[in-house]
Amino acid sequence: MEATNAYAQDHGHDHPTGLMRWITTTNHKDIGTLYLWFSFIMLLAGGCLALLIRAELFQPGLQIVTPEFFNQLTTLHGLIMVFGAIMPAMVGFANWQVPMMIGAPDMAFPRMNNWSFWLLPVAAIMLVSSFFVPGGASAGGWTMYPPLFLQGGISNDMTIFAVHILGISSIMGAINIVTTILNMRAPGMTLMKMPLFVWTWLITAYLLIAVMPVLAGTVTMLLTDRHFGTNFFNAAGGGDPVMFQHIFWFFGHPEVYIMILPAFGIISQIIPAFARKPLFGYASMVYATASIAILSFIVWAHHMFTTGMPTSAQLFFMYATMLIAVPTGVKVFNWVATMWRGSMTFETPMLFAIGFVCLFTIGGFTGLVCAITPVDIQIQDTYYVVAHFHYVLVSGSLYAIFAGVYFWLPKWTGHMYNEKLGKLHFWLSTIFFNVLFFPMHFLGLAGMPRRIPDYALQFADFNALATVGAFGFGLSQLILLVGVIKCIKGGEKAAGRTWEGADSLEWTHLPSPPPYHSFVTPPVVK
Amino acid sequence: MGALAALMSMAAWAEESKYNLPTPQSEVAQEIFDLHILIMWVCVGIFIVVFGAMFYSIWKHRKSLGHKAAHFHENTLVEVIWTVIPFAILIAMAIPSTKAILNMRDASNPDMTIKVTGYQWKWEYDYRTEGIKLMSALSTPRDQIDGSAKKGENYLLEVDNAMVVPAGKKVRLLLTANDVIHSWWVPAFGIKQDAIPGYIKDAWFKANTPGTYRGQCAELCGKDHGFMPIVVEVKSADDYAKWVADQKVKSAAVTMDPNKTYSADELKAQGEKVYAANCAACHQANGAGLPPAFPAITGSIIATGDKAAHIAIVMNGKPGTAMAAFGKQLNDVDLAAVVTYERNALGNKTGDLVQPADIKALRK
Repeated sequence: MEATNAYAQDHGHDHPTGLMRWITTTNHKDIGTLYLWFSFIMLLAGGCLALLIRAELFQPGLQIVTPEFFNQLTTLHGLIMVFGAIMPAMVGFANWQVPMMIGAPDMAFPRMNNWSFWLLPVAAIMLVSSFFVPGGASAGGWTMYPPLFLQGGISNDMTIFAVHILGISSIMGAINIVTTILNMRAPGMTLMKMPLFVWTWLITAYLLIAVMPVLAGTVTMLLTDRHFGTNFFNAAGGGDPVMFQHIFWFFGHPEVYIMILPAFGIISQIIPAFARKPLFGYASMVYATASIAILSFIVWAHHMFTTGMPTSAQLFFMYATMLIAVPTGVKVFNWVATMWRGSMTFETPMLFAIGFVCLFTIGGFTGLVCAITPVDIQIQDTYYVVAHFHYVLVSGSLYAIFAGVYFWLPKWTGHMYNEKLGKLHFWLSTIFFNVLFFPMHFLGLAGMPRRIPDYALQFADFNALATVGAFGFGLSQLILLVGVIKCIKGGEKAAGRTWEGADSLEWTHLPSPPPYHSFVTPPVVK
Repeated sequence: MGALAALMSMAAWAEESKYNLPTPQSEVAQEIFDLHILIMWVCVGIFIVVFGAMFYSIWKHRKSLGHKAAHFHENTLVEVIWTVIPFAILIAMAIPSTKAILNMRDASNPDMTIKVTGYQWKWEYDYRTEGIKLMSALSTPRDQIDGSAKKGENYLLEVDNAMVVPAGKKVRLLLTANDVIHSWWVPAFGIKQDAIPGYIKDAWFKANTPGTYRGQCAELCGKDHGFMPIVVEVKSADDYAKWVADQKVKSAAVTMDPNKTYSADELKAQGEKVYAANCAACHQANGAGLPPAFPAITGSIIATGDKAAHIAIVMNGKPGTAMAAFGKQLNDVDLAAVVTYERNALGNKTGDLVQPADIKALRK
């Protein structure tokens, strides 16, 4: 990242240095770097909240926090991880990689790119500082369900505004990505020749544009219910509290895929590179991604099976949700078929990619279990669901982010990362991840609700185990920090084509690190 | 990972294990249990096949063994097969699931009906035909929660008044809530239904055998969401009839005469009980509250100022906060008693008395 600075000088125009470089930058690489660091800081912040939660749950009884503060922790942990850690990291990858992978010099709207990043710290500060206002932070869950969310103090308004700002940032980022991909591809790069990461981001960006306004709308309705006498969600005034859930999850389910589709893209770049074999079923991967995106709009009420919706609606949403297993299965089969009869090596990116395929699939299977409405009645709002979505979001999205960071660090910095540290990071993360989240399946089945600060005695053993896993997993992430800093500072020089099997444009046409403006003259793609 | 998944399913064999759903005590719960086992095994099977292939490949097709990469990258037949097979498996899963849903949602022809109302943070059970009304709140003592006393066997899963139902009868519940969304869940019966303010949703269960079954509120409902258990006592038909008769006698005996004028001590004594059951969760047993969300009673403007304003806020609640309207929950005597208690205890000494007749006058 420092290394790219050297290239900043060789273009003959002025670049501010120091802090102003980062504040005023319109360069896709700088902005990508900002997104990734922001995301890492938020990951640590959200992780600290999670460790406080797990510390309280180490033993039955209330030891460390009060029940109100516990609810604030779970609420902010969710909001920070979803909107602060996972989504910005994916946008960071898009910024760094999309222009290089399609043979473009930069993003289509560089100034808007700058603004969409710099809105994020504003929203993050608003969210985090809400812990210190009277009454403390929002405590109604990251899903903000009314009427509970209508109770409570000014922090709920801060949360609403933070969500607005994050939404604006995401929409601008998405418009930028769509425009870049559709208009700035190198000659000869047809849509069906784009690297899969670019495809997944194109589809994700459309999802963002479709659903972020829906979220903004519904939180605005919360705001007017709170302060301006409307009754959207108040039955006494003719509203319906469950309507919020419908609107929220109409956003919320595509949101799940917003967080996982770019992850699929990263994994689809890495597995072929380390299997030294082209991705199996490229076209079916594209179609599967699009199918998942389309299905994501018609499954939202599977988050609401216990609200008492009509039986016919329960049946529809169950069938539609089960259907998602088909394109998701196709993806997993394609990855396995890509490895099949390859010539594999197992550097850190590949380890995280394989970890992703295994553990994400466990999350996919528990997702199928949750899709079955009668079974979901038992496990809705229990630790089973907590286990499920951490298997898809941590060992899914986050593992893909780790894999991508190790995969592209040599390209970005021009230095090899420390392979030993990378492998240590992978193995410790994977062991502790499973110690942390696997027992939660059992807790949920045995009847432990989520979002409770204290629990009955029969849940004690697995909770203690999960807490041990949580601290192990949390501390393991510091290895990533050390590895990345060491890699930025120096290390063995990385070749332009760092990985033997990697064949997208950034590897075949650009040195490591790449020049400040990736492709000043577009490459010709055959 | 495969071993881990296998371990999970091995454990699933053992009934009433800590690795699986609780032993079903109703037909619906049994259906859910069986469905879960079926789907678990299907998933484990697919996992073993797919990841067996992947780990074989990882084992054999590695560069360090000198394996040369093949160059195939598509095969339409294979791709069609692995799209169609999962589809077929899903249809096979959907059939029993659909049957279970249709059964689960059929609340017609119940043997009895109980109206369940969720409050922050207790449940009210209203037996419409029997004329019995119970408030059911956590009975675990505070000192067990903060660790100064040893935790009992049913820590956090015990209540003062359990719901009582007869075995083998179809019990229909009509669920609603007074403030925020709650969710009534008893795992052994396979029933979980959100209680939504302003709406009435129905659900049903039929418990097979007498016994005590426990559950918890399953929807985040504020500060004491984790302290809002559900206990259902299932009794034989005879024992249930006896319980109904007892309840009627008891409620006649306990109910204080709303037309009487009570002394300060009588009101304070009753008020202390009402306060402990309804107010102490937020305003704390000593009246200190948890400001700013839950203000103190001690020395507060409301509890030491205008008496009418105090009664009004207790009866009507305060919109936009967690302060509920107790006018609908409590009778005249209890309302009079608790307001008197708050104005003359917890460090307050206004000397004001509120009589049931005052409340009665306000209700008109």
